[in-house]
Amino acid sequence: MEYIKAFIVGGAICVIGQILIDKTKLMSGRILVLFVVLGAVLHGIGLYEPLVNFAGAGATVPLPGFGYSLAKGAMEEVDKMGLKGAFTGGIKSTAAGITAAIVFAYLAALIFNPKAKD
Amino acid sequence: MAKYLGRQTIKFDLPPSIVSTASTVGPKEGKGPLSSYFDVVLHDPLWGEDSWEKAESKIVKKTIERVIQKGNLTPEDIDYIFAGDLLNQLTASTFGIRGLSIPFFGLFGACSTMAEAISLGAMAIDGGFANYIVAEASSHFCSSEKQFRFPLELGTQRPLTASWTVTGSGAVVLGKYGPSPYVSYVTSGKIVDLGVKDPMNMGAAMAPAAADTIIAHFEDTGFTPNDYDLIITGDLGSIGKELTLQLLRKNNYDIENIYTDCGIEIFDPVSQDTHAGGSGCGCCAVTLAGYLYKEMKNNKWNRILFVPTGALMSPGSTQQGESIPGIAHAVVIENNWS
Repeated sequence: MEYIKAFIVGGAICVIGQILIDKTKLMSGRILVLFVVLGAVLHGIGLYEPLVNFAGAGATVPLPGFGYSLAKGAMEEVDKMGLKGAFTGGIKSTAAGITAAIVFAYLAALIFNPKAKD
Repeated sequence: MAKYLGRQTIKFDLPPSIVSTASTVGPKEGKGPLSSYFDVVLHDPLWGEDSWEKAESKIVKKTIERVIQKGNLTPEDIDYIFAGDLLNQLTASTFGIRGLSIPFFGLFGACSTMAEAISLGAMAIDGGFANYIVAEASSHFCSSEKQFRFPLELGTQRPLTASWTVTGSGAVVLGKYGPSPYVSYVTSGKIVDLGVKDPMNMGAAMAPAAADTIIAHFEDTGFTPNDYDLIITGDLGSIGKELTLQLLRKNNYDIENIYTDCGIEIFDPVSQDTHAGGSGCGCCAVTLAGYLYKEMKNNKWNRILFVPTGALMSPGSTQQGESIPGIAHAVVIENNWS
């Protein structure tokens, strides 16, 4: 059941992205930024947390999940240490994700070479 | 000396001969409908090099060496090379040609470069400034994606209006004297920009330029579509082709029965998933050097109007929201001239 929920929510987020790619002229970079900002804003107004509780990784793994983590970390740090937390909290809570992205991208670049599409 | 006809057209007094042609294409083009017309089909798009740019330069160099050799000439016989590609500062042409010790004019006409090179080369010959010139153009799918769209590593999806950049180089040697076919007229294009901004739909951006040049050609020369066995534009693809036909019909020229497009001929869109068709400087260059030249030699066509089209945008202009300026240059190639 857990997997099905994750699949439906994660899949729905990706469907929105696919529709944006197909039906609008938005470049992929803009859609990426849009999704991250959307996740942060949704968490800011209390709407993303219920989705995470419902779908788990289905909500945290897609891009809005990253925005959600940024906002969540920032808000928690602000509670602990005031305004300064708004600058440090987001990065702290997403540090593992950011570092993993860099490390695995580097490893992939070492192992693989780009190829022509066929 | 050559004669001006109207605003944009030149008629050559002694039409330069296309002495020889050579073409090199990548693996995907080698699986397309025109495969048997190409001299060299690569199995590896890197051709043993370690970057796409180096691979494209090697394609340029080998194709130019081959076309000179096929004309039974040596590099010393060639007075000028007119060549271009799509990369920053003409990287592919410059680095491909640097070892050849032949005077070089680098041209940027985007996908219209082949016609630009032939036009200028033919003018140099008819003007008495050269006996032999090489006109060449190249493109490479992988280097172009990087230059104009997205890095391959990003794995982005392509919209259905997008064209597929041809990997390949086509070259011709033009000579003052020689066998048929000959370059008899050129109509040089003006920049036409109707405000299309989508770099994934270049056919629509270039079609007005193609129609503009074809109409100018008919008006300047007095020729009609009946004077041609074939009119072939470069790289408009399926969408741009329809637009061009519509624009010409509005001006009372119906060329439908004799008209096609290099970008449509080079790939099979169904089995090769190329969407709107082929594009890139190499597309019409290899189509001319392979398919068109060889079939003219076979007398399948005796008089053709070759109209490569270019989308003159840069990655920077696209990012700054500029529209895409289009251009098209027309070249008449015929077996018998009078």
